[in-house]
Amino acid sequence: MQAATLEGGFQDAPIAAAAAFRQIMNAMARPGMISTVAGATPPAPLSTAAGVVILTLCDPDTPLYLAPSRDTPEARGWITFHTGAPIAAAKDAMFALGAWDELPLDAFAIGTPEYPDRSVTCIVETNTLTAKGATLEGPGIKDQAQLSLPELQAFQRNATLFPLGLDFIFTCAERLAALPRTTKVS
Amino acid sequence: MNVMADPHADRKAWMSLLAKATAADLARLWGGVEAPDYTYLRAPEIGGVMVRGRAGAVGAAFNLGEMTVTRCSLKLACGTVGHAYVQGRNKDHAVQAALIDALMLTDRADDIRQAVLAPLEQALTAAKTQRAAKAAATKVDFFTMARGED
Repeated sequence: MQAATLEGGFQDAPIAAAAAFRQIMNAMARPGMISTVAGATPPAPLSTAAGVVILTLCDPDTPLYLAPSRDTPEARGWITFHTGAPIAAAKDAMFALGAWDELPLDAFAIGTPEYPDRSVTCIVETNTLTAKGATLEGPGIKDQAQLSLPELQAFQRNATLFPLGLDFIFTCAERLAALPRTTKVS
Repeated sequence: MNVMADPHADRKAWMSLLAKATAADLARLWGGVEAPDYTYLRAPEIGGVMVRGRAGAVGAAFNLGEMTVTRCSLKLACGTVGHAYVQGRNKDHAVQAALIDALMLTDRADDIRQAVLAPLEQALTAAKTQRAAKAAATKVDFFTMARGED
């Protein structure tokens, strides 16, 4: 096995994962807030922030969908070695990783009325992530927040599904922001 | 039946030996070896695995029980990667086993085999023989005497 797929995990896993988990939780609680994470160096097509999210949230119980551009042997090897998460088809996944254009949103599980948590969390890799663009309103946002989103319609439709729906984490290099299903986008 | 030779048979053998050796034995033998520089790929961590078995090595697999294992992966300064899964919760044991696994892939393999693996194998064989002998001493042969009824 190549050393590249074995390197780049958390150096001190318990502490690094706890710190990253807090960042991700805060990002989810305050939609639109951009936080910076560190600690992972995944192989090429994956951003640092996406690597940190995967190391923190994925384990053998969370099937992960990799979009075609992220589905390289190095990425698969790295994810398998460090998290043990199985790589799954879109309909079986609990997490999904990819660029916005290539994520098959309609194929993802949105939860059931009894178990709305059985839905997919999408890790969306973006080239730009700034606090400018679409207006966000809803729980966790005092008045209004702004975030550069790839489009509006999909998120508006997602919000109408509440309490079902998908949650999104946007990653760009070392920065990430989140958009849960509760947030109204305009 | 044509069985293909397993290209990893050697490595499997020494990893198995290191996993089954006692931590004290390994630590004693490792003390005599010059330790190389290394970095962790996966720091030693303790977990459980389910051991499965088959009655008489045939039939359906069943869960025998859980056991505690410690695993570790590391990389030597020269880039060689070593892995270890060992019995129990001794992290030093796992690190030493991973180091030996990595060194066995370098040109120091012969030294390591002589200094560590051979004595370990002897100790393991001795323990096995002793246990077998102890069990053999309690063996009872049943036989039926002729009952003399024609």
